[in-house]
Amino acid sequence: MNEMNEVRKPPVATTGIIGWLRINLFFNWTNSLITLFVIYCLYQFIPWILDWTIFSADFKYNYLGEQITNQEMCSRNLDPENGGACWAVIYVRFYQFIYGFYPKVEVWRVNLAYIMLAFALLPLLYAKLPYRKYFLYFTYIFPVIAYFLLNGGFGFTEVSTNKWGGLLVTLVLGCTGIALAFPIGIMLALGRRSKLPVISMMCTLFIEFIRGVPLITLLFFGMVMLPLFLPEGIDMDGLVRVLVAVTLFQSAYMAEVIRGGLQAIPPGQYEAAKSLGMSYWRMNLLIILPQAIRISIPPIVNTSIGLFKDTTLVIIVGILDLLGIGRGTLADTNWLGLSYEIYFFVSLVFFIFTFGMSRYSLYLEKKLKTGINMGAD
Amino acid sequence: MRSNLGFFSDEKFRSIFFQTLVVGLFALGLFFVISTTSYNLEKRNIATGWSFLQNPAGFDISFSPFLEFKSTDTHLKVYFVGVLNTLLVSITGCIAATILGFILGIVRLSSNWLLSRLVYIYVEFSRNVPLLLQIILWYSILIQLPRVKQSLQVLDVFYISNRGLYSPRPIFESGFSYVSIAIVLALISSFLINRWAKKRQDKTGQQFPVFSSSIGLIFIVPLILFFILGSPLSFEHPELKGFNFKGGLVIRPEFIAMFLALSIYTAAFISEIVRAGIMSVSKGQREASAAIGLKQTWIMRLIIIPQALRVIVPPLTSQYLNLTKNSSLGIAVGYADLVHGFGGISLNQTGQAIECMAIVMATYLSISLTISFFMNIYNRSIQFKEK
Repeated sequence: MNEMNEVRKPPVATTGIIGWLRINLFFNWTNSLITLFVIYCLYQFIPWILDWTIFSADFKYNYLGEQITNQEMCSRNLDPENGGACWAVIYVRFYQFIYGFYPKVEVWRVNLAYIMLAFALLPLLYAKLPYRKYFLYFTYIFPVIAYFLLNGGFGFTEVSTNKWGGLLVTLVLGCTGIALAFPIGIMLALGRRSKLPVISMMCTLFIEFIRGVPLITLLFFGMVMLPLFLPEGIDMDGLVRVLVAVTLFQSAYMAEVIRGGLQAIPPGQYEAAKSLGMSYWRMNLLIILPQAIRISIPPIVNTSIGLFKDTTLVIIVGILDLLGIGRGTLADTNWLGLSYEIYFFVSLVFFIFTFGMSRYSLYLEKKLKTGINMGAD
Repeated sequence: MRSNLGFFSDEKFRSIFFQTLVVGLFALGLFFVISTTSYNLEKRNIATGWSFLQNPAGFDISFSPFLEFKSTDTHLKVYFVGVLNTLLVSITGCIAATILGFILGIVRLSSNWLLSRLVYIYVEFSRNVPLLLQIILWYSILIQLPRVKQSLQVLDVFYISNRGLYSPRPIFESGFSYVSIAIVLALISSFLINRWAKKRQDKTGQQFPVFSSSIGLIFIVPLILFFILGSPLSFEHPELKGFNFKGGLVIRPEFIAMFLALSIYTAAFISEIVRAGIMSVSKGQREASAAIGLKQTWIMRLIIIPQALRVIVPPLTSQYLNLTKNSSLGIAVGYADLVHGFGGISLNQTGQAIECMAIVMATYLSISLTISFFMNIYNRSIQFKEK
């Protein structure tokens, strides 16, 4: 018998690189034709894009070796045949892209806030961080610190929000919107599932209303109508008004995601908690919500990605976020016509953030799939 | 042992108490907001009421393909133009996004590694860059096209320039109505044939060439009628006069930018939905249908797609809703939709923010509800029916 079981190697053409190529690229003749066509297109496209973005692009100096200070000095405007992208505009305006019009003397405060933000996010992203508990305390007080650091007070000179801009505004809107929407979303989700008909109806109406209208109308609402609703003397800051709109918007979406998580909790969990004599709030805070939030983290990250992208809408009501600074730069006669460079840069920054978040959500999904036992089975 | 709060621990009482409390607080808040608002409005001399809808708008709308709009027309007409423009870009965008998304979703599952990677890269880039940025980018590409005088000519009848796409405008002459009636009748009868054929196949097992007969009915019959009536259709070609084209049909760059950005962005999401839907159909289904000798194309059409649709349709609905709401971003490039035309310019001219925003929001809500209503009907029709 043993001679029969002698190991035979598989045919060469199904293993190794050649086998992989045969299976994945040249399976049959239509597939081979498609592959060749795609390779041809890539061969045409990739060198061109690399050349434009890197090899013949200007970063700080043009091809004459001069430092670029306006668009006329870009190589592609001096010699259309040879020049590529003119990244000098990003180099020159980098400060504005990252900090807006924040005073240069005070910019260390923004930098400090950026660094602290990273530390505040760490314990949220990595559950296995050593001393996570202490880091979490820092996360809870971070919003307060960041507010005084960025806005002023406690010995810091005040920097009004109309001087904020660029990435700073994008991050402030994104992070604050998500952080505030989370507790409101939980309350709305609990409210919608409440047994009290009035509360459930009000929460449902609120959620469905917000989800039925575009964010831009809510921003208009914040900008145009909110001042009319408030008594005289309360003059809300533009950024705050936008934040109110963004938070309302995000909390409705967050509520639906958390409601999905709540619905996935088997009824036995509720019954067990009740039979132990827990009150409504103790049951939800200690038993239901920890489980529900844990399974809804991936969709929470996904709606957060959506919100992060949607923060660009604030440029329509005149707040200068990253995209707003980009458009402002384009309106400057010094940098007219460099739209591709600027939009490319802004897209890249957004892409890094959102792609990072989506990878993180995938990682979480994988981790949850292996690590969770819902107790139902 | 009862607590000394007595009646407060009674569940029924507590529920009534809390609900009354919430309603009371809400009413109080509402009263406060209404009274401060009316005070503020009075103080700022802002008119209230709906009479502003009848006032002349006093501005022009450059893109109004369905209604003729003059600056002497009322704000009410601005509203209708806005609704039509919103619907136009939403519907065309939804159709294009669905087609592109289905193609990309299927290509993404292709066995060709290179092709599927390419689609993956497209999906990631398109999903992770803000839509507003994409709209602005498309617009900035379109307005950098050559000027009208140097416009690109495609197939001798289309002209592409930074003012938009000019194409011949069809002019329907008197007999054309018969042709359109014939088309409608053909559509109805092919639908009836489809039902009859299905019933007959269920009963007797005999098949009827539904597809070819429907094609014949829908295309060939109206075409014959068209030539019998002496081709009652002519085209008005755009002609370059002075600095611009006269006549013809013009599609503005604002619309093209919105259409491209919305459909390309949403198609990325739809392709992922389609991919997940097709992957959700278990492998055994494909193997079983191959085992009973179905052709490869039939397996896709009769076995895989109907089952995948059950998974695809609910998230597809929310993509349609998103696209419709996202069409409000037209304001960034000056596309005269509901938000830009009525919620933007009309609002600024009349100052009646509350009325304008209320109308805009109510309109979006009703559009959203209508879409979900019809998609829910469709969803119910494709869901698994237990017999």
